[in-house]
Amino acid sequence: MNPLDTFITALSALTSNKMRAGLTLLGIIIGVTAVIVLMALGRGVQTSITSSIEALGTNLVTITPGSSETGGFGEVRLLAGRAGAGRQEAKLTLTDAYALLDPVMAPSVVAVAPEKSSGGQIVAGGTDFGAQVLGVTPEYADVRNSKVKWGEFVSAGHVRNNSSVVVLGSGVSETLFGMRSPVGQTVRINGKQFTVIGVMESQGGGFFGGFLDQQVYAPLTTVHYRMSFDRTTRGDIPVDTINVQASDVESVDKTIEEVTAALRISHRITGDDDFTVTSQQQTIQSIQQATNAIVVFLGSIAGISLLVGGIGIMNIMLVTVTERTREIGIRKAMGAKRRDILFQFIVESALLSLTGGLIGLALAYGVGALLDGQQIFGEGSEPFVSVIDRGIVMLALGVSVGIGLFFGIYPATRAARLHPIDALRYE
Amino acid sequence: MARKRRRRKSTADTVVRQVPEDSSMTSRKRARARADRRPAERRSGSAPLLRLEEVTKTYQMGEVEVGALQGVSLEIGKGEMVSIMGPSGSGKSTLMNIIGCLDVPTSGSYFLDERDVGALSDNRLADIRGRQIGFVFQTYNLLPRMSARANVELPLTYTSGRGRRRRAQEALERVGLADRASHKPTELSGGQQQRVGIARALVKEPAIMLADEPTGNLDSRSSEEIMDVLKSLNRDQRLTVIIVTHEEDIAAQTDRVISMLDGKVVRDGRTSRQSR
Ligand SMILES: Nc1ncnc2c1ncn2[C@@H]1O[C@H](COP(=O)(O)OP(=O)(O)OP(=O)(O)O)[C@@H](O)[C@H]1O
Ligand SMILES: [Mg+2]
Repeated sequence: MNPLDTFITALSALTSNKMRAGLTLLGIIIGVTAVIVLMALGRGVQTSITSSIEALGTNLVTITPGSSETGGFGEVRLLAGRAGAGRQEAKLTLTDAYALLDPVMAPSVVAVAPEKSSGGQIVAGGTDFGAQVLGVTPEYADVRNSKVKWGEFVSAGHVRNNSSVVVLGSGVSETLFGMRSPVGQTVRINGKQFTVIGVMESQGGGFFGGFLDQQVYAPLTTVHYRMSFDRTTRGDIPVDTINVQASDVESVDKTIEEVTAALRISHRITGDDDFTVTSQQQTIQSIQQATNAIVVFLGSIAGISLLVGGIGIMNIMLVTVTERTREIGIRKAMGAKRRDILFQFIVESALLSLTGGLIGLALAYGVGALLDGQQIFGEGSEPFVSVIDRGIVMLALGVSVGIGLFFGIYPATRAARLHPIDALRYE
Repeated sequence: MARKRRRRKSTADTVVRQVPEDSSMTSRKRARARADRRPAERRSGSAPLLRLEEVTKTYQMGEVEVGALQGVSLEIGKGEMVSIMGPSGSGKSTLMNIIGCLDVPTSGSYFLDERDVGALSDNRLADIRGRQIGFVFQTYNLLPRMSARANVELPLTYTSGRGRRRRAQEALERVGLADRASHKPTELSGGQQQRVGIARALVKEPAIMLADEPTGNLDSRSSEEIMDVLKSLNRDQRLTVIIVTHEEDIAAQTDRVISMLDGKVVRDGRTSRQSR
């Protein structure tokens, strides 16, 4: 039987029972739509996080306490462990940070910005807000590519005098003061009075950017002496992270080497490092790895519904084969070979799943058009539909056709193997 | 069941005793005798179109073996019109299925056009069915979703025949249903459906037309129409036609009647029609 005849036969069999075909399609449609939408969601989050991190500057190198071996995912901890890193046994100090400015030991280092975080309850007027207070030095804004919207950033004088001043992240400012500039106002953090000296520009929204907007910045010394109980034996100030700016992207690797060497000497290390140096590129990579896992996870969850749809196809095909046993007998008596019957039923199930896949794809675009990318992935993001990339589409369609073939083969083989006489006798 | 079979066998013996002219002859003698009576074959002087030698067919029903055919030998030449008669369960349909290559013998051999069918693969059997055998069924066996013409075209879709639509239309004309080509089977009377079935069988220009009780579900008028079509095909195109029937008057319209009982041929003889 030629392919066109096979196709027509399969199609007319499907259209002869529209209700049943439609319900079977529904299983595949839901599965494919879910796979595409969820994977696009994951992909969008991934892009959003990556671009937020890239916005911080690609020539950034970060140093965190603890070795990458003992600390597990040293790089990822940059994100998750801002608050937790300080509790590590190994410590980085302000002295470590400024030692890296040594032009002999670390010529590629342009600027160093240590940071130390602390949780805080901020109160302004009647509003109460839990935020992360980040102790920083003036270099921080430059090194992390952050700009001040109103007022000024933490200055060297503020750091020297442990001044009770604070710079608000844009999100915090909005929550506490609305759209007005809060510069000059007072807020209470953990019961202590602080004067607002500035507000940062938004970091671009999205998951990661939104997180940065919810921080407030105070002088590093203020955070250390007035908000934490973290002390070292030598009276040095421990820090959570040292941000190091390399002169350019090309010198990032060299910077890592220099910084590592310098710290090994000052920490008198002979064995394993008690710190981890990570480039922004590595951070992006490991975040991509982590978010890839999320994308795959979301896809697999949705894939289960696709699988259920496939089982639905198999079920209906088995019923169809049984119902059409006599037809199979007639066809065989008329000269149909095994493979003619096999193809007829495989094409039928593949057609079912492909149609389901295509409708599911259209539906996914429809759902995508309804979803607001700006809201989900942050301001400045692409519209949701655009994250449904070719890879996702091909995957979803490929999987749905594959499912049709896979679940169609068994019923079709059963049909093809029927003995003509038995099939003709079937009532 | 076993006991029943034994009892049936004894009836078979008595029947065989009643027709000594056939049972006393050796199979070769019988074949020669038959060949003498076959004008069509004598004319061509060639080997018979189909030849069965000691064909048996045994069905396994759990513990019990059912011998549906118990050693059938016969020859049928090209252009013959043969009817097969016999009581229910005597193995007529089983024999037709083997002749039609829908099934293969358990033992013995079946030659179609001098080719041993028992040795052929499933695919080759399907090919023979598609090109050389036309089946007509008691229950018509048309595909209900398709029009009459699509049903007639069906065998051609498996043998990559050219000009399918035209050939189907011609076949429908041959059975007098040209104007019903686009009707679905459910929109046709029983007799008309059976004529579509015949058109479907003859569209491939088969070597043999096999009709298992083609008039079994029809009234006498429709039966006559069907027989007229089959007879004219046999007469005009020298198509070999084998009909299974329970009706004496149908059998009387063929050249030769083969009687079966309990899986054996018990009588094989000419009818008065042979002098046509
Ligand atoms: N598929 C099968 N499995 C088991 N036994 C079978 C099968 N087909 C036929 N038989 C048995 O073989 C014997 C011959 O059956 P067959 O159908 O050839 O009879 P028949 O002469 O065509 O009868 P009828 O006139 O009722 O159509 C019967 O005893 C039947 O029960
Ligand atoms: Mg029968």
